[in-house]
Amino acid sequence: MSTPTPTNVFEYAPAPESRAIVDIKPSYGLFINGEFVDGNGTSFKTVNPATEEVLAEVAEANDADVDEAVKAARRAYTRVWSRMSGAERAKYLYRIARIIQERGRELAVLESIDNGKPIKESRDVDVPIVAAHFFYYAGWADKLKYSGYGETPLGVAGQVIPWNFPLLMLAWKIAPALACGNTVVLKPAETTPLTALLFAEICQQADLPPGVVNIVTGAGETGRAIVSHPDVDKVAFTGSTEVGKAIARAVAGSDKKVTLELGGKAANIVFDDAPLDQAVEGIVNGIFFNQGHVCCAGSRLLVQESVADEVLERLKRRMSTLRMGDPLDKNTDVGAINSGEQLKRIRELSEVGDAEGAERWEVACDLPTKGFWFPPTLFTGVSQAHRIAREEIFGPVLSVLTFRTPSEAVEKANNTPFGLSAGVWTDKGSRILSMANRLRAGVVWANTFNKFDPTSPFGGYKESGYGREGGRHGLEAYLKGADQ
Amino acid sequence: MTPTASPTAGDTSAHGVFDDIVGSESSLRRFLHGLPGVDQVGCEARAAGLATRSIKTTSKAFAIDLAIRMVDLTTLEGQDTHGKVRALASKAMRPDPADPSCPATAAVCVYPDMVATAKQTLGDSGVNVAAVATAFPSGRAAMDIKLADTRDAVEAGADEIDMVIDRGAFLSGRYMDVYEEIVQVKEACARPDGSSAHLKVIFETGELQTYDNVRRASWLAMMAGGHFIKTSTGKVQPAATLPVTLIMLEAVRDFREQTGQMVGVKPAGGIKTTKDAIKYLVMVNETCGSDWLDPDWFRFGASTLLNDLLMQRTKMTTGRYSGPDYFTLD
Repeated sequence: MSTPTPTNVFEYAPAPESRAIVDIKPSYGLFINGEFVDGNGTSFKTVNPATEEVLAEVAEANDADVDEAVKAARRAYTRVWSRMSGAERAKYLYRIARIIQERGRELAVLESIDNGKPIKESRDVDVPIVAAHFFYYAGWADKLKYSGYGETPLGVAGQVIPWNFPLLMLAWKIAPALACGNTVVLKPAETTPLTALLFAEICQQADLPPGVVNIVTGAGETGRAIVSHPDVDKVAFTGSTEVGKAIARAVAGSDKKVTLELGGKAANIVFDDAPLDQAVEGIVNGIFFNQGHVCCAGSRLLVQESVADEVLERLKRRMSTLRMGDPLDKNTDVGAINSGEQLKRIRELSEVGDAEGAERWEVACDLPTKGFWFPPTLFTGVSQAHRIAREEIFGPVLSVLTFRTPSEAVEKANNTPFGLSAGVWTDKGSRILSMANRLRAGVVWANTFNKFDPTSPFGGYKESGYGREGGRHGLEAYLKGADQ
Repeated sequence: MTPTASPTAGDTSAHGVFDDIVGSESSLRRFLHGLPGVDQVGCEARAAGLATRSIKTTSKAFAIDLAIRMVDLTTLEGQDTHGKVRALASKAMRPDPADPSCPATAAVCVYPDMVATAKQTLGDSGVNVAAVATAFPSGRAAMDIKLADTRDAVEAGADEIDMVIDRGAFLSGRYMDVYEEIVQVKEACARPDGSSAHLKVIFETGELQTYDNVRRASWLAMMAGGHFIKTSTGKVQPAATLPVTLIMLEAVRDFREQTGQMVGVKPAGGIKTTKDAIKYLVMVNETCGSDWLDPDWFRFGASTLLNDLLMQRTKMTTGRYSGPDYFTLD
């Protein structure tokens, strides 16, 4: 039998999800006290990163706007939300969760347009987990006395979220805050404000009392105004370690409670007895999911030397089947880089990788001429001393290192200022447990990667931040504690 | 991959490459148990992920015609008659009498005593006759009976033999028995003129139960020289599933890397709709690549699938769904 010539090429015709379901307005104001208002500041544009098309003008909240929002949140806290029984608060949260499900397609399409992530991820991962978070914390609202953290809310929470999972990070912040009886002022990232503003509409649709949720759009200055506002009791931030440090400095000496969920440089550790085909899937999912814009991305592959060549060969073959392109195409696996700025950083760090002597391999594919794109890339011959093994690239770039013994794997994995997540691939259950004990990372995935669930706490060690989000543990950040 | 065997130039039978491995029961066991394990959750997640591909318009039309050409149109009932087999064979040649552009299926699949009848109807149409042999479906018979069953089908004109492995032997760890059985059945597939019927090896994955077992059975059958590996008889539930087929596709892909030899894959049983069939084709495409997108290397063992493919095909060309009465029953 001879090998046939490949005549049967199975091309997938374009399968775009319709944009018709979303209605993007030419301009958006701020959502304060249950209403959309113009705000006193300037405005900025948000673009579709896949095409660079301007989607809308969005108000940039200044100090006065933020003050208005905090006042509205304080009023709603004192007069309504903190006095309401947990069971009543739960009804609103359940209602919001159901509306998110009902408008799931709309949210998913809008998320993909504004963020650049593939529709299959916004549809199958982001939006379902967003709804799940509201359902989960709705369930806690009337059971807080069993949480172990008391039942007393903190007051007004100032929340600043990143652009990589705009709606999901909003859910991680707002759902537990509201369940515990706090009110919030939330700022979405400047490149991805649209789903937060659609969420504001959902709050109106759910008849949420005015002021319980306030959404103020803007960039760094707006964020600074929120976290340093004297009447904010709690600051929650997800984003870069650099900004996280600035926030920690800004709130130092105040009564504000703080949770920070920052960067990561997770090790995905593949032992020689690993289920290799599934490990390759996990490596791909670990670093190319959401274009690598994931704080807990498995950006360092640590592979046991004895299987390194084979794993890399399989990985390259698998990467060659990744489909990159229009985020709204249902068959797209890898979408657009979220912004020109981020693309520049990914390019810079990749060039550093070249300069430091690592060997670059990237998927051969035609990149669209418009928009921000970076092909799935891996670097081999990387050592711990390389910058691409130490700094968060936050893009579809994998650094491959090897190890020989479990101890060496642990040493290398922990030898980073970060500690958000890690992955272990082995068929041996006892090894999974011993590795999980020795890895200094908030989440250790075994034979899987990048799995999220509202019942599971998430958070970091070291420069990856402090505090936990999700699960029962996630309530602690929004309650006074039984002893206070 | 664990095997260290290297492809031998000019060796047309795969098992020459694996002489060391199949030299003894213990080395065979060591090899099969040394294959990388399968993580069940991860494997099923990958299969489910591939199943979300959206195949529309031109690619759907391509996939439907390809799927029709890959069908082993099957009847394996105690109540089968010569008339029924003739009708089935006619349908295999001209699945849609109203549309001559509709391709023929790959084969009809029948019990050995129906082979002559099927062959007579099919003539030189290019549609093959596949016969299930070796005491199908249980495989519970003495070896000489299984071999006689096979020879009988080949003599009657079968182009392809679908054999079942001895699952009892496999599950009790007697891998060498299974290996020898496949080798002997393959020998029984030889015709006097020196040619040979193609051998498909059925695992009955529903009885093997674990994905690790499916991977081991795949390597065992490939090393023994099977031309095709096939999931199921259709008589045991679960029959073909996407994850099981994924494991087998990975096995044939890895086997070619090792030996340069291609082996075909045939999921059988439970694939009833065009949607299902397209999911399998996507999986073939993204696991093994386009080389396997050919009836020589991938088949569907199915009976009711064909009519759904025809209905969808008609819908693609006319824009309307026809009722089931517009397609022949068999």
